[in-house]
Amino acid sequence: MSYYPARRRSNNLWMSLSVAAAGFGLLWLVLILATLLFKGFAGLSLAVFTEMTPPPGSAGGLLNPIAGSIIMTVIGVVIGTPIGMLAGTYMAEYGRTSKLTLVVRFINDILLSAPSIVIGLFVYTVMVAQMGHFSGLAGAVSLAILVIPVVVRTTEDMLNLVPNTLREAGAALGMPRSLVIRHIAYKAASAGLVTGVLLAIARVSGETAPLLFTSLNNQFWSTNLNAPMASLPVVIFQFALSPYKDWQALAWTGALIITFSVLTLSIMARLIVAKGKTR
Amino acid sequence: MIPKDPMIPEIPMTMESPMTMPATPDAALREKITIRDLKFYYGTSLALKGISLPLYDRKVTAFIGPSGCGKSTLLRVLNRMYDLYPGQHAEGEVLFDGANVLAPDQDRNLLRSRIGMVFQKPTPFPMSIYDNIAFGIRLYEHLPKAEMDGRVETALRRAAIWNEVKDKLGSSGLGLSGGQQQRLCIARTVAIKPEVILFDEPCSALDPISTAKIEELIDELSSDYTIAIVTHNMQQAARVSSQTAFMYLGELVEFGVTSQMFTAPSDKRTQDYITGRFG
Repeated sequence: MSYYPARRRSNNLWMSLSVAAAGFGLLWLVLILATLLFKGFAGLSLAVFTEMTPPPGSAGGLLNPIAGSIIMTVIGVVIGTPIGMLAGTYMAEYGRTSKLTLVVRFINDILLSAPSIVIGLFVYTVMVAQMGHFSGLAGAVSLAILVIPVVVRTTEDMLNLVPNTLREAGAALGMPRSLVIRHIAYKAASAGLVTGVLLAIARVSGETAPLLFTSLNNQFWSTNLNAPMASLPVVIFQFALSPYKDWQALAWTGALIITFSVLTLSIMARLIVAKGKTR
Repeated sequence: MIPKDPMIPEIPMTMESPMTMPATPDAALREKITIRDLKFYYGTSLALKGISLPLYDRKVTAFIGPSGCGKSTLLRVLNRMYDLYPGQHAEGEVLFDGANVLAPDQDRNLLRSRIGMVFQKPTPFPMSIYDNIAFGIRLYEHLPKAEMDGRVETALRRAAIWNEVKDKLGSSGLGLSGGQQQRLCIARTVAIKPEVILFDEPCSALDPISTAKIEELIDELSSDYTIAIVTHNMQQAARVSSQTAFMYLGELVEFGVTSQMFTAPSDKRTQDYITGRFG
């Protein structure tokens, strides 16, 4: 009993330290959001979504980079998701004990933490340099390479969470392995799998470095995948470093749009998971 | 290992001979499954040390014994569920209507459609109550909607759960109570018309009322199906089964008519276990 007051004091101390640390972390997020709202909200207007990036000194918007970002992200996710899902499915369902799984998981973890600029340089070498010009397609491919490891990881983790008893129950009905995976394991893990894809989208939609080497930028409206393509992160990078006030304002607005899109996606991912749990 | 028990008549090995049997109530016993010198390995450790016993057609055989004695392992050999896991293998013979289940060319999915299994923990699939039943049927038969509805209803009625779910067939099977989920799993198993049903401690996660319902159900099902049930509950074994096998440390200690076994066991270990002296 004599230790009790001391233990209580110690508990309170560590509890306060934990709360302070959590608050400190959250503070920066709040500050970033507040700054973005403060600097970027003023520039938010219909023109931002309907007009092209302007030359310095004239009015304009962010339509071409917004469209470019959406196009490249969608293509990147469309290329990367199936590859990542299939690899993750192999690792969790077929190759749980195989050496190949260990190797793939190790390499995937490296890819997951690889600096994205390295990915950009890689795609520059194998695509841009070969084709002789920057292109939206090269940008999409570099984003796909960033999507793959995220999706591989979440797919494997989520499928590993599906209890084996459920797979056995499927097998006990005489269901072949592939059907058990497609109709039972995927269904049981659906919330997690969707979250993985949404997280991958959130991850790549803010990437600048790989796009600098691949899709570069485009001042004009272009949906040609074989030509340079504008994207929000690159435009923000270019405009924010420029000496022109109106470009800087547009960069803030672009940053606001990206941040809130990513925030919305993340919140959606959380909601889907929460809904999956209560179901 | 089977002690000679005067209560068990010599078993006819062919279908032609039952008429020559003495006119006891068990005269019609036919071996649906014959297990001969079955050995089972988890890796290199021997879990079943040469088991031989029959499962009689349309009878309930109960497997009792302390944890780790190999009851569940034996059950999982019968539908080759162990095949899902590398490193596990069985030796010996399991004759199912005369054909060896352990043969390498045995079609496992076909086997499992004929030998159904109900697990310890209820394992409804993450889909609607209706689909939980229909999914298994669709693996084998392509039925028009009306006929499928009929099959689903029959299966649910058979498992004594129809009245509780008939108004919410479209809602998730995961929303049911534990006892209802287990009966749903039984319905799912009978829906594909197996010949044998294996119950692996089907009531250990259920309350007494649900347990009583499942026991009643097993009793009813035994008029059409050959049933094997693993249980830790002596009273349950005594109530539902006509034959009982007592296993201990991977060996079959005693196999015989249930009433005989529970009143006058021939082996000391059986007596000790049944009276609660160990296990």
